[in-house]
Order: sequence, then C-alpha cells, then structure tokens
Amino acid sequence: MKAYLMFPDRDFDPKKPLPPQAPLLVKDLELEVLFAAMAAGDPFLLDIVSPGVLIGLDTPEGIRYRQDVMRDCIEHGRIVRELYALAVEALERERKVWGWSTIRTSPEASLHRSREVLEVFFDVLGRLRRLAESHAASFRSAAFSRLFKLLVAELNEDYLAEVADHLELLHFQDQLVMSARLGESNEGVYYVLRRPPYRRSWWERLRNRHTRKARGRSPSYTLEIHPRDEQGFRALSDLRGQGLDRVANALAQSADHLLAFFRMLRTELAFFIGALNLHDRLVAKGERTCFPEALPFGASRLTIRSLRDIALSLNVADALVGNDLEGDEKLLIVITGANRGGKSTFLRSLGQAQLMTQCGLFVCAESFRANLCRGVLTHFKREEDATMTSGKLDEELHRMSALVDQAERDSMLLCNESFASTNEREGSEIARQVVTALLEEGIKVLYVTHMYELAHGLSVKGMPSALFLRAERLPDGTRTFRIRVGEPLETSYGEDLYRRVFGRPTGGATDARARSILTEMEAPGP
Amino acid sequence: MSSILFDTAVDEILQRTEEPPYFTDLNLDQIVGSIVAEREEYQLRPWFYSPLPHPEAIGYRQAVFRDLEDRRLVGSLSQFAAHLKSMRGALEAAGKFWHVRQKQRGFLEAVSSYCAAVNLLARELLPAALRSRALSRFRESLAAYQQSEGFRTLEAETQQLKHELRGIEYRLQIEGPRIAVSRYESDPDYATVVLRTFEKFRQGAVRDYSFRVTASAQMNHVEGAILDRVARLYPVIFSALEHYCGRHRDFLDALIARFDREIQFYLGYLAYIEGLKRSGLAFCYPEVTRTFADIDCQEAFDLALAVKLSRVPALPVTNDVRLCGEERILVVSGANQGGKTTFARMFGQLHYLAALGCPVPGRAAKLFLFDDLFTHFEREEDVTTLTSKLEEDLVRIHAALERATSRSLLVMNESFGSSTLQDALYLSREVLRQIIDRGLVCLFVTFLDELASLGPCTVSLVATVRQDDPAQRTFKVVRRPADGLAYALAIAAKHGLTYERVRERLQA
Repeated sequence: MKAYLMFPDRDFDPKKPLPPQAPLLVKDLELEVLFAAMAAGDPFLLDIVSPGVLIGLDTPEGIRYRQDVMRDCIEHGRIVRELYALAVEALERERKVWGWSTIRTSPEASLHRSREVLEVFFDVLGRLRRLAESHAASFRSAAFSRLFKLLVAELNEDYLAEVADHLELLHFQDQLVMSARLGESNEGVYYVLRRPPYRRSWWERLRNRHTRKARGRSPSYTLEIHPRDEQGFRALSDLRGQGLDRVANALAQSADHLLAFFRMLRTELAFFIGALNLHDRLVAKGERTCFPEALPFGASRLTIRSLRDIALSLNVADALVGNDLEGDEKLLIVITGANRGGKSTFLRSLGQAQLMTQCGLFVCAESFRANLCRGVLTHFKREEDATMTSGKLDEELHRMSALVDQAERDSMLLCNESFASTNEREGSEIARQVVTALLEEGIKVLYVTHMYELAHGLSVKGMPSALFLRAERLPDGTRTFRIRVGEPLETSYGEDLYRRVFGRPTGGATDARARSILTEMEAPGP
Repeated sequence: MSSILFDTAVDEILQRTEEPPYFTDLNLDQIVGSIVAEREEYQLRPWFYSPLPHPEAIGYRQAVFRDLEDRRLVGSLSQFAAHLKSMRGALEAAGKFWHVRQKQRGFLEAVSSYCAAVNLLARELLPAALRSRALSRFRESLAAYQQSEGFRTLEAETQQLKHELRGIEYRLQIEGPRIAVSRYESDPDYATVVLRTFEKFRQGAVRDYSFRVTASAQMNHVEGAILDRVARLYPVIFSALEHYCGRHRDFLDALIARFDREIQFYLGYLAYIEGLKRSGLAFCYPEVTRTFADIDCQEAFDLALAVKLSRVPALPVTNDVRLCGEERILVVSGANQGGKTTFARMFGQLHYLAALGCPVPGRAAKLFLFDDLFTHFEREEDVTTLTSKLEEDLVRIHAALERATSRSLLVMNESFGSSTLQDALYLSREVLRQIIDRGLVCLFVTFLDELASLGPCTVSLVATVRQDDPAQRTFKVVRRPADGLAYALAIAAKHGLTYERVRERLQA
C-alpha cells in the first residue's frame, strides 16, 4: 500500500541527500523564512518541507500532479488535516505498544507484539477507509482519487474480518501442532505450523479421540518435560518458535509495511500541510498567489507578472512592489542599477519562485511561467565569513569552481555581485570568462552586478539571448524598487547613498556624471 | 601405489619440511604462503619447499600441468575436492554429536559425499584426453576401484538409506510441557493461510524477522528425546542405519585419499596464476638443463609482484634475460627504484619454480637446473653497527661460496650497499672474482658501474628511465653498458635542475 501523494509512482524520501548547493540556496534565498512559515512551529513539518522544497521535480507533468493535490488541499483543508491526524494517531499508538525491545528474542515475542500493533493499525485503517468512502467524490486530483480508491478496495469489510479472525486465533498459543522432517544430521527441520489449535469442548476432544482410533492412526509417543527442567522448557520454547517462525515473520513484515505506509502517509501529507499553513498565512495578509506554469527543459522561458519576494513578504506587514519580466528566449539576464534599488530582492524572488515551481508549490505572483531548470545554483557575495581561511577572491573562486562541478546544461545560476572582492578589471575578466563559458554550455545565468566593465562588455556583444535590466531610480534619487529593462550605466549610485548618509553636496565632476544619468533616465525605454 | 607428483619413489624421499633460506629474499614465501593459505589441510608446504633434482622429474609434473590446461578438467577436480572437503566436514561434525543417531547420520552423509566424489572423478577422468603418465596411471587404478564390488555396494546402501530418511515426516503436538510425537498424516498448513492473508502488506519487505537455526546441528535433550521417538516410529530405517555404520567404518580408499592431497599441488598453483593468465600474462613450460647451456627467458616477470599488482589492477613490466656462451654473470645497475630488485627476484623465482615442475612466468624460458641456490639481499632494518654487519655479510657470502658448486645459482642484491664506496667497490670486485673463478651462475645488483665490465663472463644490464623524462622509470632492464648519467639526470630532473629546466626557470 502506497500513499503516492508526492509522485505518481514512488515514495517521497525526505532523507534523500539534498543537492550539494542546498545549504547555500537556503541561505542566499532566505528559505528559512519560507520553511518556518510552512512548519508553523511543528518540528516534524520543518524536517519535511525543507527537502520537499529543495528536491525539485523534473517534468511539467510531475509538477502538475502535485499542483492538483495542492488544489484539493486548499479546497478541503479540514479533511486533509483530519487524514493527517489519523496517520499521526496510528504512529503514536504504535510507539506505545510494549515489547519492541524483545521482538528479537523469540518468534513468540515477535508474534505477540506484531499482533498488537496490527490491531492498532487495522483500527485506524478502518476509520481511514470510512473517511475515504464519504469524501472520495469531492476530491479531484489523481493522487487523492487513487489513494481513496485503494483504501476502499483493499480494506473492505470481509478482508478486515478475516484479519481480525487471524489476530484473534493467534492470541491462543497454548496448544500448537506442527510437522517436521529430518535434516542432514537427523535434526528437526522444515517445521510447518499446522491447523490452528481451536479450543474444543470436552466432548469434541472425546469424539476426536474415537475417530482417530477408528481411522487407525499411527502410534504416538509422548514426552513430558519435568517441571524443574529449566533447560527443557527453554528447548520447548525454541521448538514452538520454530513452528511459529514463518507466521511471526509474516506478521512482523506486515506490521512493518503498514508502519511504513503510515509513516509515508504522514510524511507526504506533511508537505501539503506545510503548504496549507503557508497559504493560510499569505491569505491572511492579503497576498495573491498563483500556480505557476512549468515548461520542459530546453527552450528558455521566463514570463512574470507581479512577482514578490516571499521571504520579505512574510517578514513585513506592508504589501510589496511586484516586478514583471518578459524573459523568454533569454539565457543571460544582467541586472544593474541603483544600490538598494531592489536588485538582490528581485534576484532572490526569481530563485525562490523557480524552486517553488519545481516542487509543485504556488508562487507569490500574479502569473509565473518558466522552463524547468536542472538545479538552481547561487553565487552570492559573502558579507562576512568567520571560518574563512584564505583570501576573499580565493574563496569566491573556490565556491564558483564547486558550482561549475555541479552545473550542467539547463541549470540556472544566480550571481549576486560575484567577483566583487577584487578590483573591477580582474573581477570582470574572471566573470566574463566564466559566464561566457556557462552560456555556451546552455546554463541560464542571472547576474546582479555593479561592475560596469562586466555588464557593458556583455552588452556590447549584442547577444540576442541576453537581457539587461536596471533597478529604477527616479530623478530625485528615490528608489521605486522596480526592475526595468535598461542598459547598464557607467556609474552606480553609491554617490546617492554617500550623499544621503553624509549629507554633503558633491563636486563638479560628479555633477557631470549625474547629468548623464538623468539624460539616460529620461530616454524612452525599449 | 602411484603418485601424481613423483615418478619414482626415490624422488619422494628427498623432501624438505623447512622453508629454504632464500625464500624470503625471493618473495617465494609470499607465493607459497598464498597458495597454501586456503589449503592447509593438505599439507602442501613440503612439496613447495623441495625443488626436484633432475629434468625427468620436472617433466613428469609439467605433463600433468599440460593436461590441466583443460579448464573443464580443472573444474571437475575442484568439485571432487569440494566433495571430499564436505566429507571431512561431516565426519568432524559427527564426532562432535552426543546423540548416537546424529553421529550415524553424519557418517552416512560423509560416505555419501565420498561416493559422489569418486563417481564424479571417474565420470570426468575416464573420457578425458590425458597425455601425462601420472594422470593416466591414476585413471587406470580409479576405474578398477570404482567398478569394484565393495564400492558398488557402499554406494547403493548409502543412497537407499538417505532416500528413506528423507521421506520421514513427523507431527509434534505441544500442549503445556507435553510433546506428542507421531507420524505426520495431514493437517492444513496454517502458516501458508496466514501468509496469504497478509501477503499484500509484505511486498517489498526489507527486514527479515525469521529466526535462523544456528549453524550447529547439535541438538538439545528435548530434541534428542523427540528423535528417539521418531526412531521408534520408524524402527526399520533406523536399525538399518546402525548396521550400515558398523559395516563401512573403513570406507575411505588410500588411492583416493592420496590423489586428493597430491592434486592440490597442481590446483593450488594454477589457481594462484589463473587471474594473471586471464589478464594476458604469459606462462610457459621451461626447458631445463642440468648443466649450464645458456639461459634465455622472454617476457618474464616477478610472480609475487604481478599478483600484488593484479589487485590494483595493473600489469607488471616484463623483461628478457639471456646468458649465453661464456657469460655467467648478470650485473644490474641503473636508476633507483628502477626495478633492479624486482628483476633479481624474478631471476631467482624463474629458476626455483622451474625446479618445482611448475609453469613459470614468461613467454618462453630456457633455464638451468641448480643444485643449490644462494641469495644475499641488503636488508634495511639491519643498519645497526656497520662494521659488524659488514663482517656478518662477508661471513654469509663466504659460507655460501664454500658450499656452492659450479651448478649453483647465486643472486646478490646491493651487497655491501651500506658500506663506504671504497669498501663496497673493493669487496664487490673481490667477491665477483671468486664467483668467476668458481664458474657460478650469478645475478649481481649494484650501484657500482665499475663492476659491469670485469671480463667476458659478465654482462651489463641497466634499469632504464624514459628518454624524454628521466624522472619516469620504465622498469625495463636491458643489456647496455652501465651509465651512471641516466640516474644522475633523473635526480636532477626531480629537482628541476637539468640544463633546459634551469634555463627555462631563468627565462620565466
């Protein structure tokens, strides 16, 4: 029995190793905030949602499968939470069944515990089936339909009665019948448990004895273990174990299987419960979400309306400025412009949305359409690093080299001020070589930089697959936090910042540059 | 009774039980150690410690090795050995049982393995195309034994009893402390019923909760008491078993026992070299001469090293060795770590393995059958007090030279390597003169160029380095005048101090 809520054909494995870039992704894209909102204080949910988000899907079909489940969850939140509660109940009651530590001591001990565990599981399974029966019709996703159908079919009343029968019979083991053969040393082998020892009334036993005589049964020789023969009783218990071994094994394996089923049901539902929690938070805040459209690997697609940084949105009460982007056919997107103009936020929101799309979640946008990427990689400027032993540029190169190991065709690399730790000429040259090579290998690169030499150098190449964006800054110096199409400008806006912080007018040379900026800003956008 | 190792009883008398003194130097201890490691029960060591005294005895064994080129035959012989191994296992187990009916059954199973072994051997050996005198002779005796009345009866009785015991099935009914034992008739298999009900929940089960019966079949007293009752249920079968054991106590025939042990000499060696043969290394049957009549080996290699490399896996570099006419002494010099010691070991191994009658590592080999072999290898751990060590070295070499005849073989590796240059040069030269005077066949590894050209009986060999990169060893040892420069160049290159490198560095 399988839940198959995350994938149509396999279990979700939250222990699967995360992609090597995951720790950096979490940090650079501020995913902790997202995970915390999904977990809503439940540490188990936290353990599930983080691999759930970080291990993406690789087909549009797989994504739609999960999106459908998500839609059902949003529509039937109460029932889904009830299903989750049943799975949790089964697992908690199982933990309380005594004897886990002794199951390895003998088949009888193992049988005893498995029998009790199965009683718990079949109780919950019965209720699960009844829940499925009453709500199957209102769920639309393939996953829930399949699961409900499975529960109804596999656990019909007849079957449940048959199971209850066996569990009851196996409770009484004071009389055992088995057969055996002789092994290569005349020791007993091939023990087979025979007909269950029904407890018969005295006259049945009497009659049985008569019929046995009447049939002329072969003689029977009896031995009896002396009450003080401890070793003898141990030997007897071993012998009983031999007879019960196969049944004990079958029950233990069944209990394991059902335990795994409940664990998987809980684990897979946990991801969607996390999504529900997140959805509830965003709805309460008035944020709009949408299900993104995922396109296959290959042709580069990125069309966005009003995308917001979810981590930021979860942290502030105000509504955020959303950004649009027409990035189809673009493999390189270079974002330049004013400091504190929203470049990093925009880059982060693109990374988040890509990841959320690839794990089947909704995104914080009015619409979002993108091709799938084989892994999202981030190379962000490190502010401080206490553990750093080598120089800054060395560290950056080391990190980039590791990313190059991980990257492959159709990967997506987000660079935030990469190679800014050395002078602009060197940094630009390193970046130019790396970026050019990556693009030629079909890797999508989104690069936030203030290095004019780099941005300008890339822009004059006239690559049709390159798009240049700029963080908007109004003539009076205020930032709109909008990212618009625009060629890189020869200066950054550090002066602004400087002026605001130091509150000092600038000299003539700066005036000339400021004028050229103003001219550029007034020019009609492409 | 015929032996498949020794043509005549005389050859067999000269058996050594001690490892020859040169074993460690030539790494023969590793080779033999590996071969006998999984075969201790056959006590093969004396045979591997005893080189044969004349070419006819070597030919006798080489012929068996040639017959064993038939892989199918080797497979059958291994199966035969496995049967007898389980026979011994069953007998040993039977000895440990306390219950007499278990002892009897153990004995029955042992005989059963024995019969299987004999039949298999006869079936595989009788139609085989054998050319060796050793195996042909054995085959005749085997055929006679297998057809004998005694063996036929033994086999028939064994089969019959086993069949009857296998057919026994009994029923146990346990109630409290009482166990009732009766013949099993028919009750439904309840376990299967339960298993069927839960089948759908066991798919892909990863954990097995079965309690495995312990490896020992030793029974406790309750099982013993049950077996007694089973025996009462089937009195005819169990009394037949008892009589059988009394009648066939001496079932094991000496012919079979001897063959079982002796064939392991061959199987052990073949198993040891099998992986190397599969990876493309050549082995050959050497031509062996009792008096020196040239030595000529092609594509030879150090067997112990090759086995070690095969675990990497990698192939060893092969080398040729030739001594002809007046030549008696190979003087090997050249780059450090360049394969000189390996070459010296190889030279010793080739001669030793040939004297055992074994195929030797190489494409073709003509070798000299020594009457004794002496080695002197520099040992690093011995650098205690130099003078006493030097003295000890000289004493050993002197003793060897005293015992050596013109048919002896000598392998010396960097003797006097840790003394002063003057001492080393002087002593080496003197020792070599002694060797030349006695007409010994010798391989002499040294870092002293001067020794390579002492006269027409010495041949200079050099462990070479790559022409284009002197830091790379080729492990090829070739006939060439000694050339100290190659070694010096390699050292210089390593430190980046060759002419070109120094110029390059100055230009950078």
